[in-house]
Amino acid sequence: MIGTEQGSSGLEAAARAARREIIRAVAHAGGGHVGGPLSAVDILTVLYFRVLRIRPNQPEWPDRDRFILSKGHSSIGLYAVLALRGYFPVAELMTFDAIDSRLQGHPDMTVLPGLDMSTGSLGLGLSAGVGIALGARLDERDFTTYVMVGDGECNEGVIWESAHVAERYGLDNLVVIVDQNQLQQFGWLDRSTGARRPPYEGRRLDDRWAAFGWRVLKVDGHALADVAQTLDAARQRTGQPTVVLARTVKGKGVSFMENQYSWHSRVPTSEELMQAMRELADPAEADRAASEGGR
Amino acid sequence: MSLPIGPALRQVFGETLAGLADSDPRLLLLDGDVGSSTGGAIFEAAHPDRYLQTGIAEQNMLGMAAGLATIGFRPYVSTFACFAVARALDSIRVLIAQPELDVKIIGGYAGLLTGMTGKTHQMLDDLAIMRTLPHMIVLAPADQNEARQAIRVIAATSGPAYMQITREPSGALFGSDYQFRIGAAVHVQEGSDVTLISTGVQTTRVYDAAQLLAGHGISALVLHVPTVKPIDEDAIVAAAQATGFVITIEEQSVLGGLGGAVTEVLSERHPVPVARLGMLDCYGESGPNEQLLEKYRLSAATVAQDVEALLRRSADRQRNAGTAAGGKGSPFGAARRPLRASNQTKVVRR
Repeated sequence: MIGTEQGSSGLEAAARAARREIIRAVAHAGGGHVGGPLSAVDILTVLYFRVLRIRPNQPEWPDRDRFILSKGHSSIGLYAVLALRGYFPVAELMTFDAIDSRLQGHPDMTVLPGLDMSTGSLGLGLSAGVGIALGARLDERDFTTYVMVGDGECNEGVIWESAHVAERYGLDNLVVIVDQNQLQQFGWLDRSTGARRPPYEGRRLDDRWAAFGWRVLKVDGHALADVAQTLDAARQRTGQPTVVLARTVKGKGVSFMENQYSWHSRVPTSEELMQAMRELADPAEADRAASEGGR
Repeated sequence: MSLPIGPALRQVFGETLAGLADSDPRLLLLDGDVGSSTGGAIFEAAHPDRYLQTGIAEQNMLGMAAGLATIGFRPYVSTFACFAVARALDSIRVLIAQPELDVKIIGGYAGLLTGMTGKTHQMLDDLAIMRTLPHMIVLAPADQNEARQAIRVIAATSGPAYMQITREPSGALFGSDYQFRIGAAVHVQEGSDVTLISTGVQTTRVYDAAQLLAGHGISALVLHVPTVKPIDEDAIVAAAQATGFVITIEEQSVLGGLGGAVTEVLSERHPVPVARLGMLDCYGESGPNEQLLEKYRLSAATVAQDVEALLRRSADRQRNAGTAAGGKGSPFGAARRPLRASNQTKVVRR
């Protein structure tokens, strides 16, 4: 059983388990997104197993920290972590994208407890987060609102409307996490290399958030202990909103998916599924499989 | 003969909402930098801590309201109808209508009369667009008494609602004893020759038109539909049965709004001939209110003329029924063409 009080190895095991659930669920559903959830899942694991003040058995607890997955197409990443954290049975992940499922392609707060906002149309989740953070201030409530956006999502104009208004109100109880996996669904073509260019090159994204008056923190989005430390630091009330630019790898954890924009929404074949499961096996499990492989 | 003029609905809105906030500490007003125009300033003066300026950024504003609703506030959002509905529609759809959040959207400056701003600011299809959203209540009050009551009534409901408010003063149609109910149409006047169905402030001009028609011996039933969604199907069917001939009139496009809603109801439940008056698939322009109403045929006098013309042609058609001239095609096909020509013909600018 995955607990919240274990050390970094506990987090690693949880993140690995979540990756397996993501790939299994998408393969089972025959649709959905893989690349984005795999880039985000380490951060989601740290949030739900370490950082967020939550009560999984009381998802509507009024004083809980709020989390909004503004990049709603990574829903299966969030669902996998919620299930592993005890919000609903892990077996339910196999209903992802199925008719009548609570696990909709994009998060739907009207059917699944534990979701703090319905999202899907990029950019909008942050605007709701600004409202929640401002409401918490009006109510003199102490919780923190975390919103995860993609770096591609930062193309949306409404992101910058929200960034402006959050700074205007000095919402230091609002934390944006950018899952900066450096790829978007299709993106601009780099004609010299034939590769797809990142949504924001170099320091452009850092500079934009800083120019909007936000405190900018940076972290390797797959270094679990660092992520935990940074997200806790982001909680400090400094008078300005905080953005955490988390450098991530799209498709992280599966060799043939990493950094491939084509895995934004591809479905693994059965061979690819087996290969991915081998790569994501827990170390003890992998050792056993290797020794059995010699028979 | 015409109705006495009351205060501007935007002023009624600001005063009423400020009054409600006196007894409801969870009520907030989010303003998209137009409070000096929409009545929001009245609320700000009364409740500065619960007036939230959100700047010129409507998509974000509607999303903020949704977020506030999730933690137990009762947010009202106020901006011009064009910015709320046309610009921020995705925010409304994904963050308010789909999650069924308790956000009230007040679209000011709806319709044609927007203070010389012209077509960009004249929202002529807010009712048409908003009524397609599941879970959305859509209201268009006619006058101060109805607007005041409608604001109070939606405050007592939970879930999303849109209310259209106009810039200008309107005729005082309803007395202080009037009772507004969501989903209930109102018989403004009974009649036997033709049924006039209207919504919003246009109903006050339709009422005046009905008085002009009475002077010409035409008895018009006037049905006011302040709730465009959920629409009062039974009242519309009954009003159609009473005269057998329905004309919808709105300060909106004839496509999809009240005219669309009424024709949907009647074609399914009680097919009778229906003609739609309003903006005939065109945009407006800037100009003095009286001239806009005249040109786009929404003044009491022009409505009365067009109703009379439609009635005359309907009678002609019935007389000719069975002959080569009538009998085939849409009963109003012939009548609509000359009306359209006299309505929004192109004006060559000098």
